[in-house]
Amino acid sequence: MDVLWASRLQFAAAAFFHFLFVPLTLGLSILTAIYETLYLKKGDEDYKRAAKFWGRLFLINFALGVVTGITLEFQFGTNWRYYSEYVGDIFGSLLAIEATLAFFLESTFIAVWAFGWNRVSPKVHCLAIWLTAIASNISALWILIANGWMQHPVGFVIRNGRAELKSFAEVVFNKFAWLEFLHTVPAAYVLSGFFVLGVSAWHLLRKNEVEFFKKSFRVAAVWTAIFALFVFIEGHLHGSEVAHTQPTKLAAMEALWETEKGAPFALFAIPDEENERNLLEIKIPKVLSLLAFHSPEAEVKGLKAFPKEERPPVELTYWSFRIMVGLGIWFVILAFWAFKNRENPLLAPKMLKALIFTIPLPYIAIEAGWTVAEVGRQPWIVYGMMKTAEAVSPISSAQVTITLLAFLVFYTVLGVIDFWLLAHYARKGPEPR
Amino acid sequence: MEHNVFQIIWFVLWGVLWAVYFVLDGFDLGAGILLPCVAKNETERRSIYQAIGPFWDGNEVWLITAGGATFAAFPKTYAVMFSGLYTALYLLLFALIIRGVAIEFRGKVESLSWRKFWDFLFWIGSLVPALILGVAFANIFKGIPIDENGLFKGSLLTLLNPYGLLGGVVFILAFAVHGATWLAFRTNGDLRVRLLRDAKILWVFELIVAVAFMLLSLKLTNLWGNYLKAPVLFVFPLLAVVGLMLIPIFLNREAMLQAFLASGLAILGFTAWGVGGLFPNLFPSSLNPEWSLTIFNSSSSPLTLKIMTVVALIFVPIVLAYTFWTYRTFSYRLTEKEVAYEEPHY
Repeated sequence: MDVLWASRLQFAAAAFFHFLFVPLTLGLSILTAIYETLYLKKGDEDYKRAAKFWGRLFLINFALGVVTGITLEFQFGTNWRYYSEYVGDIFGSLLAIEATLAFFLESTFIAVWAFGWNRVSPKVHCLAIWLTAIASNISALWILIANGWMQHPVGFVIRNGRAELKSFAEVVFNKFAWLEFLHTVPAAYVLSGFFVLGVSAWHLLRKNEVEFFKKSFRVAAVWTAIFALFVFIEGHLHGSEVAHTQPTKLAAMEALWETEKGAPFALFAIPDEENERNLLEIKIPKVLSLLAFHSPEAEVKGLKAFPKEERPPVELTYWSFRIMVGLGIWFVILAFWAFKNRENPLLAPKMLKALIFTIPLPYIAIEAGWTVAEVGRQPWIVYGMMKTAEAVSPISSAQVTITLLAFLVFYTVLGVIDFWLLAHYARKGPEPR
Repeated sequence: MEHNVFQIIWFVLWGVLWAVYFVLDGFDLGAGILLPCVAKNETERRSIYQAIGPFWDGNEVWLITAGGATFAAFPKTYAVMFSGLYTALYLLLFALIIRGVAIEFRGKVESLSWRKFWDFLFWIGSLVPALILGVAFANIFKGIPIDENGLFKGSLLTLLNPYGLLGGVVFILAFAVHGATWLAFRTNGDLRVRLLRDAKILWVFELIVAVAFMLLSLKLTNLWGNYLKAPVLFVFPLLAVVGLMLIPIFLNREAMLQAFLASGLAILGFTAWGVGGLFPNLFPSSLNPEWSLTIFNSSSSPLTLKIMTVVALIFVPIVLAYTFWTYRTFSYRLTEKEVAYEEPHY
């Protein structure tokens, strides 16, 4: 395997694996903080037990999120040397700011929370989980500003043979990055919400700790409904921004080959990249133009408008997008079903069953979303500025192949153990009163 | 201010980040290195994990920040260093992953073989980073075979030369002593007595290898060049020696916190000595000094350095403040009851 492909696969493996753990961290930290706040306000022991129960699951998950994150930060230098040299002036500072603002806060206060039940006052203890939650989310903001810059570079000037910072404000307030943040992080909240709902449903169906899980359920139902709807609507805005800034990605997301006014929405298509057409497609006229540019007659650029070597892989992008959106619709429906039954979920056993089976689905949706974002950006590492092929380190393919294999084996084993532990402790339920 | 003022500020900050990382993570890496030798039973092993439990994760962030700061302030050095030292860095990363996971997983299943398995990985995951960091820094002190394009002309074996390996041994011993003093400060009973004894023995070896390393550097590196040019810098190696000499004095008085701080001072002085000797290089070439990466030819633009300076000036003191608060809150001697009672989390 050549260095470029091995490095691509390695980065993909590291990033996707990291993002199996991060989304649950982002949302479950806030939910745990909400339960602990409710305990402080109402003095109801069940909420304290809820904070401990969900917090323990949070911790099991958190560890893998942290250790897999270190790899990602180092990988830019190890595998993408010329990327790091070319854009480090901008990208590097965003990563360093993330570490300084968020990682210290997160790692310090999660320890205060885990070890501090009998050591700090209840208020400080509750503050510790809030600070952890806020830090995790600040971290997500900075890393998405960094990724948003790779998607849509702004605020720079090419000087001294590299991209140099021209306006920090433009980089930080990059509209693309914020739309990405407002999509990714609430999606993580949806994942966390369905995790809490699904685990609660499992116990409720077994009539185990009914009062306890009804309380957890109620909070998570409201939470999930809000964010499922939010992600859905925001996704539309985000998609429309992609249409304006990343036309090749949009064309691949829609498997649109010809440039058209009043472009149709391909509900189903089997893209044939070799012959630049779709083998089979079901289209709804004018809908793509309407969705992307808010006008039924707007022109949408097709893939053929771009040279072959500047098009992303179509099939993967198209189907990942379909999977993400399809699941997103299901999440809105199910979240509102749960919201409707939040006071007495036991009256809707079918909903409870659906919730249990839905636990893994947001993971799939989120990884599919990242596939659209990252594969759809190809062949660019920084959209329109630098190609992935130009970024790779001058190292031997043997080196990368070995570390890639080590990653796959290693991450698979750790991932299996971690999800097994999560399932084990989730089934065990809260500590008895 | 001039561009090179910021470049120098970031060189100093770069050194400070590494020094703080070694001083802080050093003791929990040391605890991991010592675990199989000093802990005789499950209670003692648990004491060791609890003694570093609230701190190790935050300590490791200093490494991430040191890496991030290299990326932000000296992107070319980050790019050349990390791709050049590819295999060594991945060994470090895999070791740190195993270690973090081991700490988190070991207590989660009530089974002795499960726990022993993770204890073993915790030991490996502590020993390997200490070794690699020592080997890597010794080689950087000596110079790395990079050509004019920053291409690394060597392999992992190039790094494993006698001087590099001695650097690895210095780090392992320094962290082991550092860990022993911290653990003796936080634990009780037989374990504490044994740790105190081990710290004294290990200290002798630390002293010998550290001094040997510093003297060998006279012959094998240019590290002492800056000191002859600016003798005021001799304060760094002096701090290292003073710290080293204070350790046994405090150990004999059983003043564990002071012994720990003296050990930290030794590590701080040692790092400052190395980084101070490196200036203005960050990644010197052993093939041709012209090809070295320095703070002047590998730094970020003036604007980025300015913004990063503002960020560091505001947030590093805040980080230090809450880190200090956490240490104050959790640095008490563990009681037997606390060790016996297992929090559901750890």
